[in-house]
Amino acid sequence: MSAATDVVAAALLVLGALLTLTAAIGIVRFPDVLTRMHSATKPQVLGLLAILFGLGLRLHDLRSVGLLALVALFQLVTSPIASHMVGRASFRAGHVGSDLVVDELTGVLPPPQDSAES
Amino acid sequence: MSVVLAICVAMLGIAALLLVIRISRGPTMLDRVVALDVLVAVVICGLALEAAVNRHGTTLPILGVLSLLGFVGSVTIARFTRGSDDVEAEES
Repeated sequence: MSAATDVVAAALLVLGALLTLTAAIGIVRFPDVLTRMHSATKPQVLGLLAILFGLGLRLHDLRSVGLLALVALFQLVTSPIASHMVGRASFRAGHVGSDLVVDELTGVLPPPQDSAES
Repeated sequence: MSVVLAICVAMLGIAALLLVIRISRGPTMLDRVVALDVLVAVVICGLALEAAVNRHGTTLPILGVLSLLGFVGSVTIARFTRGSDDVEAEES
């Protein structure tokens, strides 16, 4: 029983680390902020959940699992808010290019300020 | 477990290195914020990995603190970066 859970935990740990590596490669190679944000959500949600689940299987302790659930909850709640604010600031600063397929904001918003480096 | 530890540490290390490259090169501040957020996630993953291999729960509160710290950092920079009109709209 313990050996089986250890194998599952090891697989989850490797999966989480692999997702993190994939996301880092994506962040280096993707061209602009929105695509990098797409790649950044993998370790923040799925990879972290996999690693925390593996850690919970390794520890077998109710208090530790409660703390881990709290960490996962924090991450699930805060990560969309942070991504939303980053994307919003990026669009309003004019960093998002004209290659969008659907763009319903440009006519509504006031024109962006000069997109100098900040 | 030591083989798993070696594989995971190698992958997390390479990921952190790539993220530092993006942080130093990123053309805008928001690119750096995204990469920094992922770097915090990598640190959380590393601490959790160490706790899982050694079967102890000492570092678990640090995980919670770090997950909230990354959120506060990225939201602060996204709000006060140049071009985000929140601050100007409130002042006028």
